Amino acid sequence: MKVKQISVFLENRKGRLQEALETIAAAKLSIRALSIADTADFGILRLILPDPDKAKKALQKNNFTVRENDVIVVEVPDKPGGLAGVLKVLNDANINVEYLYAFVEKSGKKALVVLRTEKIEPAVKALRKADIEVMPSEKVYSL
Amino acid sequence: MYWNKEAETIDAASLRELQTERLRKTVESLYENVPFYRKKLDSTGVKPSDIKSTADIRRLPFTTREDLRENFPDGLLAVKKEQVVRLHTSSGTTGKPKAIFFSQHDIDTASELVARCLYMTGLRKGDIFQNMMTYGLFTGALMLHYGAEKLGCLVIPAGPGNTARQISLMQDFGTTAIHITPSYALYLASVLQKQGIDPKKDLKVRKAYVGAEPYTEETRKKIETLLGLDAYNCYGLSEMNGPGVAFECEYKNGLHIWEDNFIIEILDPVTGEPVPDGSNGELVLTTLNREAMPILRYRTKDLTRVLTEQCPCGRTHRRIHSILGRADDMFIIKGVNIYPQEIERVLMSIKGVAENYQIHLESLDSITIKVEIDSNMFDGRIEHLVSLRNEITEKLKHEILVKPNVELLEPGTLPISEGKAVRVIDTRTM
Repeated sequence: MKVKQISVFLENRKGRLQEALETIAAAKLSIRALSIADTADFGILRLILPDPDKAKKALQKNNFTVRENDVIVVEVPDKPGGLAGVLKVLNDANINVEYLYAFVEKSGKKALVVLRTEKIEPAVKALRKADIEVMPSEKVYSL
Repeated sequence: MYWNKEAETIDAASLRELQTERLRKTVESLYENVPFYRKKLDSTGVKPSDIKSTADIRRLPFTTREDLRENFPDGLLAVKKEQVVRLHTSSGTTGKPKAIFFSQHDIDTASELVARCLYMTGLRKGDIFQNMMTYGLFTGALMLHYGAEKLGCLVIPAGPGNTARQISLMQDFGTTAIHITPSYALYLASVLQKQGIDPKKDLKVRKAYVGAEPYTEETRKKIETLLGLDAYNCYGLSEMNGPGVAFECEYKNGLHIWEDNFIIEILDPVTGEPVPDGSNGELVLTTLNREAMPILRYRTKDLTRVLTEQCPCGRTHRRIHSILGRADDMFIIKGVNIYPQEIERVLMSIKGVAENYQIHLESLDSITIKVEIDSNMFDGRIEHLVSLRNEITEKLKHEILVKPNVELLEPGTLPISEGKAVRVIDTRTM
């Protein structure tokens, strides 16, 4: 159920984000979801793509500092309160969400959200118990 | 145990006697042969025959870098030109270089002193010594080259740079010791890591003589850990023969200076007065056994202190602390005197910081430290990066009393150093 996310450390230098994206493009990988966490001086680019290992290698080869992390991708009903309902499940189970971001695409009528929690397994368990769809990694990579 | 037991374990009384005799001879030669020194001595009324003890050194004039430049090219030569077999220069960023001449006696003496230095770290005949310092006008490589040959080592005159070739040489010839700058040693470690070579298992290098740039104990430890070897601090300057003026023994607790060849003084850099033993000050050196170009009381501008306790190695020659900074490297931010070494010491003690950093001075009241992060510390969490930056900022502020701007950089961003590193970028316009 774990989906691999690629995190890239970006220093505050003009064109650095573009260079990272060009590296991904050169590896012929399409980005499925992305987010940027930043401070005034540096940032982290987070990516979900079809072949995380290939992306990681390509980025490292181009001298990027990269880390692979596990995240959860959930299907969220695309209606008011949809995401809040998901978070309530985790909150009730005492699981902290470190960050989350959304996919551009939908899966049928549902929105897709990337969740990063401190511990992945209990979060998946809690979500499943509440009948929230956790998307298998193969399905995410082939979107 | 000793390369030259008699000289290295000489008792205090005999040493003082030898120093006095050699100092008088040195002053005699300068008075006879070098108009610059004769004029200076005459103006203070000191005659060579007035030198009756080492304490009389305080009556002698100083020699500065400017004196060397003003007497360029050969104004300080104390022998006929035909007796000179070697010229080295020490370049400055401004003005003329300093020219240093050696007779055959001087080259032999310098080699002998370096042989003592290397021997006391355990280097022996059969060792393979890869010299990664610059050969040429700069004395950096040659004197250690001679000293290692004198011991009977196989010397590989690799010179600096071309890291891939350096590594091949180490692998092909089983290098056991290297001579290298601290910044290049750290860079070498990062290249080895990248290539998946574990120096502890895949290489035989077990000793590194690290010098030419001042560095901190934290950097030494980092070099030792990353390269899996013992690093020995090696201090020297062209004006005083080159590298090997002061050197660490196996105990790595300060650098022995061969007092039968040099007189050490530690002076207040501003007043020129001696500081009490153990206090920091400017290292001032007088040559005692040089023929072509003896130098009196040379102001090195290097800051250190004398370590007075006897060294367990049994050598009687006093030790100095590793160089704490160069008087010239000091800069002032918000009215605070700061040495780059203080900054380095802090950076190298923080986990998550890689080897390379730069200090940028853009105005009189702000300092920016650019630091490469260690790629192993990056776990994808922004709060860890933020806390690393805060830790660096706070620890630096505590040390230098000025709050710096700290920028975290990707590993490999800063220019790599295969020689002397440029750490301070000063773009202030005064």
